[in-house]
Order: sequence, then structure tokens, then C-alpha cells
Amino acid sequence: MVTAAIEISGLVKTYMLGDVRVEALKGVDLTILSGEFLAVMGPSGSGKSTLMNILGCLDRPTTGSYRLDGREVGELTRDGRAVIRRSRIGFVFQGFNLLPRLSALENVELPMIYDSTSADARRDRAGAALAAVGLEERAHHLPSQLSGGQQQRVAIARAIVNTPALLLADEPTGNLDSATSDEILGIFQRLNEERGITLVLVTHEPDISEYARRVIRFRDGVIVEDHPVASRRRSASPAGVSPG
Amino acid sequence: MNLLSAAKVSFRSLRANKMRSALTMLGMIIGVAAVIVMVAIGAGANERISAQIASIGSNLLLVLPGSTTSGGLRSGFGGVPTLTMGDARAIGKELPSVSLASPSIRTSAPVVYGNQNWSTIVQGVGPEYLDMREWKTVSGRNFTAAELDAASKVALLGLTVSDTLFGSEDPVGKIVRIKRSPFTVVGVLERKGQSPQGQDQDDTVIMPITTLQKKLYASAHAGTVGVIMVQAVDGDSVKEAERQVVALLRQRHRIGPGQEDDFSVRNLSEMLALAESATRIMSLLLGGIASVSLVVGGIGIMNIMLVSVTERTREIGIRMAVGARERDILSQFLIEAVLLALTGGAVGIVLGGAGAVLISRFAGWSTVISPSAVVLAFGFSAAVGIFFGFYPARKASRLDPIEALRYE
Repeated sequence: MVTAAIEISGLVKTYMLGDVRVEALKGVDLTILSGEFLAVMGPSGSGKSTLMNILGCLDRPTTGSYRLDGREVGELTRDGRAVIRRSRIGFVFQGFNLLPRLSALENVELPMIYDSTSADARRDRAGAALAAVGLEERAHHLPSQLSGGQQQRVAIARAIVNTPALLLADEPTGNLDSATSDEILGIFQRLNEERGITLVLVTHEPDISEYARRVIRFRDGVIVEDHPVASRRRSASPAGVSPG
Repeated sequence: MNLLSAAKVSFRSLRANKMRSALTMLGMIIGVAAVIVMVAIGAGANERISAQIASIGSNLLLVLPGSTTSGGLRSGFGGVPTLTMGDARAIGKELPSVSLASPSIRTSAPVVYGNQNWSTIVQGVGPEYLDMREWKTVSGRNFTAAELDAASKVALLGLTVSDTLFGSEDPVGKIVRIKRSPFTVVGVLERKGQSPQGQDQDDTVIMPITTLQKKLYASAHAGTVGVIMVQAVDGDSVKEAERQVVALLRQRHRIGPGQEDDFSVRNLSEMLALAESATRIMSLLLGGIASVSLVVGGIGIMNIMLVSVTERTREIGIRMAVGARERDILSQFLIEAVLLALTGGAVGIVLGGAGAVLISRFAGWSTVISPSAVVLAFGFSAAVGIFFGFYPARKASRLDPIEALRYE
């Protein structure tokens, strides 16, 4: 039986921009099953970034419920959300967001230095995560010594190192050429299929959304489309994710 | 995040900005070094005063003659010899709060031995004088009461006089000439060092006061004495002794009620306590002024930490996104500030210590570096780091992760 990884109901998020009240999300209901690969589309300002911030526990909903793995996380404190982010959620950003002074391996270790993982276990697990994205030989390179695609793979390794329930990718191929994009999306597909990681991918490119299994489209703070991908794209890249 | 990995993270980011970290530390280094040097100078001065106080002797009163009005002309204290040998004896024998009293006359005279001569202070005193001053002989002996009564020509030499006239020779038993009269040296006094007024207390010759009065001091006031030194039985009875001395002398000098004393009594320990408190105030002032530079150093740390937090907003956002809690970010930046302050403090302590040693060597001031001052300076640097690092660290920990991630 497939369980729901994410259950959202009646989600509303309002901001105050000066004196103006902005409704970024106007009552969103969404269920994402465990092991799903969902693409979120929509023009800028449609609310997809706001949804990502809430899904990633970086922000909290104004009203409504957000359950992650059956646990209500919308009401958590800042530190409570930090612990959820560390243990249950992985982020992949458009701009990679690696720390420039740390090596690839140290960047991957980063989520583990904030829990009680021992230094040895950190190194082993970070090494395994880098191997999973095919970058074990580049472990001691600095981000500046890596190509864009390689940097994004380091970021993916960092996102999966704590075996999260949910991997959130915000325009992960926005800074990459199409061949490298295909490579990165191949890694996502394999992580999704071989490890069963639930993936939510934000993109504004229809091509990219076709790598997912399901697409939702936002407009003006509500979901206007929600359908499976008809002809799913497969990555042509052999860049490996070893099962594990 | 445990403390060790937090310290590692902080150390790395300090190392990444070597020049900036070094300059920030310089503020702390100067501040701590200044405090160490100033406190060392203050403690040195204090120690010297304490040593001088000990060299005077304890619980002492000084009775000075003086202030008579004759023909409308008032002379100051010490101007007119109004104290007598009888006064000194009476104070020593009759007063319950007084343990010892010794009359004293000082004059200056040349002392000759062989072809050496030396002009020095000659003091005529009672045999109790050395006990009252807690002054011992390094060789020979004190003169006796019998020698006092007989006005024997015996003398004790201070170490400076002994060294000057005799060099390495032992003066005891030798004859010196003071104002052309021959005196037998019966003892040499141990070193006393400088008086609070900066005089060399070892540059002196001591003899029975009767000898000085009769053999040297061709005085019109035979039987009068310069001052009377009085020792109270203990520290608590100094005030009482002072009161009793005043009462006794008024009675002996037949001073009626309402008339002014023709003598004055000074409390030596009180005067020295005053000098001591003056040095203490001075060292507090010096330390206080130096602490200002520590505060300035702390402000430097705060300033640079604020810049660092702004520069590293994105890093903070990334760390928050991967699960750093508020206290993780707070401790990272706080440890950075404390590391800056402590490293600066440690270097400052070393430089300050070296500075204090150089000052005593080249300027001749005595300096004392106490372990407590070092511990205090180190603790104070840590406190400065925590105090001035807290605000920037808190600012970092309170950043909104979404805003921080968006920061360019």
C-alpha cells in the first residue's frame, strides 16, 4: 500500500508587503504519495516558490495543515523545523548553494555536523553519497574546481546524505546546459526509482517537467492543473546512481 | 553541533580572512598588553610602598617639638626644642598603651676612617630604637643602656656607611672619627633600603643620644631632643597611645586648658597608609585607563563580526537550510568572536609581560606581574569576546533562512 508522504489541506499563506496584504497561496489541497516524482510548474508569482518554502519547512503556513510522513509540521517552531529539515528533507537549489571554502566531501558532511553523527560516520556516509552521484574521485575538490554539473551533483549528495523522506529541487537545472540537465535529471529519476525517494521538482520549463511522473500547475496561488505525465522522458545519461 | 566541530568551523573562517582577523586581534592585543603593563607598574609601586612601611616599623607615633608663640612670632612644629629627655623617659615608663619610646636627635657630620671620609646623618637615640624600627645588626651588637648613661663613644654603622668606609673589612671594633672625636664601632646594621621619602636609610650612623648631645652637639639646649619615637603596644592601641602621650606632655609642659600644645604627635602608620592608598588609586586609574583600550578592542571585534555576518548571510542561509538551529549559528559566531578575543588576549599577555620586564629593566620602575592579573586579563578577554560577539551572533541566528538564501 502506498502511503502519503505529504498531505496538504486548506493551505493559505499571506504576506504583508508594506501595507499591502499579498495572498501567495489561497487554499491549496495537495497529496503527494511516497515515492512520487512531482513537477511543480507555473509562472513567477504564481505561488510555487511559496509552496516550496513551506514544503521545505523554511516557512510556515498562515492557515491550513501540512503533514509530512503523517506528522503535522506546519505548527513547529523555528528549531523544530530546523530538525525536520536536517533529518527528513533534502534541498537542491538552482544556484547549487555550496559553501565555497569547504571541499565537496565537507559540503556533503554539512547536514550531519548539526546532529550527533561521529566524524568517522560522517566521512563514510558523505563518501557513499558522493559515490551515489558518481563523484567519489572529486571528494577533495573545492566547488570552484568543479563544473556546474559536478557542483549540482555535490549538492544532490548533500541533499540525500541524511536519507530524507522528501527531496525538493528548485529549478535545479536553471544554470546548466541541456546535456548536463539531462544528466542531473537522470540522477533524480534513479534516486526516485531505485531508492524510492519522494521528489518535488519546481521548474518553468515544460521539457524538464516531463522527466517527472506527475505535473501540477500553479496560477495566482491555486493549483489549476494536476495530471500524470503522458509521455515520460528518460534520461539518456549513463551517469550513475548505484543502488543502495 | 558539538563544541569541537563548532570551534573548527570558526577557526577555518578566521583563517580564511587572515589579515582581517589579525587586525581585529591587534585591538585586543594592545588592550590586554596595556592592562598587564599598567597593573604590573601599579603592583610594583604598591609592593615598594608596603616594603617601606615594613621598614619603618609598626604602630609608631612620632612626637615633634614645636610651635611656641614668643613675642607674637609663631614658629612651626619642630622649630623650637620643647621636648626633653625626661619627656621621652616618662612616655616610655608611665603610659600603659606605650611599649617603647626613644628620643632622637639627627645631625649631619663627616665620618672618617683611615683616608676615607663620608658625610652622613648621625642619629642619637635610645637603645630601644633598633627594636622599635625592627632593625637588626648584621655584625656586632646594639649599644647598651649603660653606654647610654655613660655617654660612651660607641657607634653603629648603616650598611652604606660601612661599605663606603670599610669596603669588605669588618668595622666592628675599629675606631672612626666623627667630628674629630674617636668612636668605637660596636655594630653594623642590616639593610633597610629607601624610606618612603626616597632617602637611603642605610646612609647613617647611630649612637647613644647622650653621647651625641654631650660630645658632638654643642647645643644651647642640652637635654632637649629632636623628636620622640613612640611605639604602641599593638595596632589597636595606637590611637589610645596618642591620646595618652598628648595628655602626659600637656601635664609635663604645664599647658592649661584652652592653650595650644607646644608639640605635635603624628601617626606614622596612618601617613603611610595614606601613601599606600594613593598608590592604590593610581594603579586603579592606570588599570582603568588601560581597560578602556580593551573595550575599544571589543568594539573592533563587534564591528568585524557584524561585517562578517552580513558577508556570510548566504552561508548562514545554507547552514539553516540543511538543518542548523538558532543555537548552532549563534555558537558558531560567538565562538569566532571569543576565539578572536582569547587569541588576542593571550598574545597581549605575553607582550604585556615582556613590556613590564623591559620597563623595569630600562626605566628602573619596579613591576610585579601577578598570576591573578594574568588570569583576570585572560578571563576579561573571554568576557569581552562573549559580550561584544553576542549581538552579531544573535543577529546571524535570527536571520530568516529564505531571505538569507536569496541574499547575493
